Amino acid sequence: MTSAVSILPSQQLDALNAEYRGAIARKRLRFYVATILFIALLVLAGIGAEVNFRTFFTYFGNFVSYFDRILKLDDGSRVWTNIPEWFWGSKKWLKLLGETLLISYVGTLTGMVFAFCLNFLAAENTSPAPWPRFLVRRLLEFARTVPGIVFALIFVIAFGLGPMAGVLAIAVHSTGALGKLFSEVVENADMKPVEGIRSTGASWLSSMRFAVLPQVIAGFVSYTLLRFEINVREASVMGFVGAGGIGQELVVAIRKFYYSDVSAILVMIVVTVFLIDISTGWLRARLFGAEART
Amino acid sequence: MSQLERPDPQQLRGRYPHVFDRPMAARLATPLMLVLALAIFGFGLVDLEFSPSRMLSGLSQLGWIARMMLPPDPGSSLPLYLKALGETLSIALLGTTLAALAALPISLLAARNVVPSAIFRFPVRRIFDTIRGVDQLIWALVWINVVGLGPFAGVLAIAISDFGALGKLFSEAIEAADRKQVEGIRAAGGSRLHEVRFGLIPQVLPVIAGQVLYFIESNTRSATIIGIVGAGGIGLQLAEQIRVLEWQTVSFLILMILVAVAAIDWISGKLRFAIIGRRAIA
Repeated sequence: MTSAVSILPSQQLDALNAEYRGAIARKRLRFYVATILFIALLVLAGIGAEVNFRTFFTYFGNFVSYFDRILKLDDGSRVWTNIPEWFWGSKKWLKLLGETLLISYVGTLTGMVFAFCLNFLAAENTSPAPWPRFLVRRLLEFARTVPGIVFALIFVIAFGLGPMAGVLAIAVHSTGALGKLFSEVVENADMKPVEGIRSTGASWLSSMRFAVLPQVIAGFVSYTLLRFEINVREASVMGFVGAGGIGQELVVAIRKFYYSDVSAILVMIVVTVFLIDISTGWLRARLFGAEART
Repeated sequence: MSQLERPDPQQLRGRYPHVFDRPMAARLATPLMLVLALAIFGFGLVDLEFSPSRMLSGLSQLGWIARMMLPPDPGSSLPLYLKALGETLSIALLGTTLAALAALPISLLAARNVVPSAIFRFPVRRIFDTIRGVDQLIWALVWINVVGLGPFAGVLAIAISDFGALGKLFSEAIEAADRKQVEGIRAAGGSRLHEVRFGLIPQVLPVIAGQVLYFIESNTRSATIIGIVGAGGIGLQLAEQIRVLEWQTVSFLILMILVAVAAIDWISGKLRFAIIGRRAIA
């Protein structure tokens, strides 16, 4: 029971085969050229960053032994055999962690308020005129492209050392990031309610309030919670430049080789970040149901 | 034309009590949450030593700084800054590539359709989570301790923190892959390794390539800041110029970073489009 497979006459077949091989060969060639280009770029980058891979492998041993060292107490025993000694500074560190959380909370909320005020001007469909849209968009772009820690560096000089600079840096950066996300949410909103409200003779402000806001508020809150998660991480390093929070303590511990302190603070930061991630995830699910998670 | 019967409000109220009288808890929830949020905000302002006078003097100081920044001017060390910018781009490229190379095999171990047993998957995922829980700057500091100051520490910091992020993304991409190809390979008599190589990898490679490109792009941003703690690149110059209050140079450096980031965004957007088409640009 052989079934016949119809085969084209060889002239046609040869032409098709040749075309197929040609296409494959072109694809291969493109792939090889791309690979070679990429490797050339890597080599160039390796020269630029002064990397060589022989030293990498010797350093990798150092890296492992670094973790070995930060998991040892001063008397040479493992950290988990003597928890109170490991977390000897937990009272101070917890207070600083609390400060870190407050910095990110206040920063996120301030950023959200500014982003909220600005995004209606930046969104395509709700902006009252082109020039404020252009202006606000460039402003938000600037605020989100310059890294938060650069703002912190500058604010530390303007506002003095301390958590205030950290809060403002996070607020500015969040304004930029949230403003863009918010305006995208607004652009996806249904415009029919706006027309409805407009037709009753409402002003721009009230059409925003009664037609757009009810549609977008859930998205706004969801994005703000996500941003809060990110900002907790960011606030944990604000102390590196003197802008408050646990980072100050960590940078001192790392630079002065207080090995067990490094691991203790790292553990506390990681646990805090986990807890925040889990609780904001829970809150988002509670507020919007599982399907609204973005 | 029949007149619609007007419903009696009293009767409706009686019939659907839960519509008219929402429980106290539901009615109070939103205002209570707002009050709580504001209370924490107020407490934060007090605890973090905000004061109107500090705010005002800081803002006027900031205005002065902004005026001093104009016009942007590199001073005499433009070649140095260009070299530092090149270093930053190198750090981003090398770090991401290293992370991707390391994350690809490990992420297979974290994917449900490759390793069905949770005993192996669980620790791998937790390792990814832990690595991601620590900020890139902290990794940079740790690596500086291990390999010394310089761009190499930056490469390794980006590599390790992206290893966590890419590992998670890769394993999700692998889990989202179609089972049919894998089953086809198995039906043709392929081994487990063949299934992965010929069934999974061709499906996920374009997605992975897109993600790696996106990370190179976002790492250009991060590579500018890890220099602030001493891990090489343009961030080092920026932090130095801020500390010595050379504001014109600072604004020039910031502009340079913005232009470089925009250029990389544009290039990688084009490349991603060429590799995976419009569908997976996320």
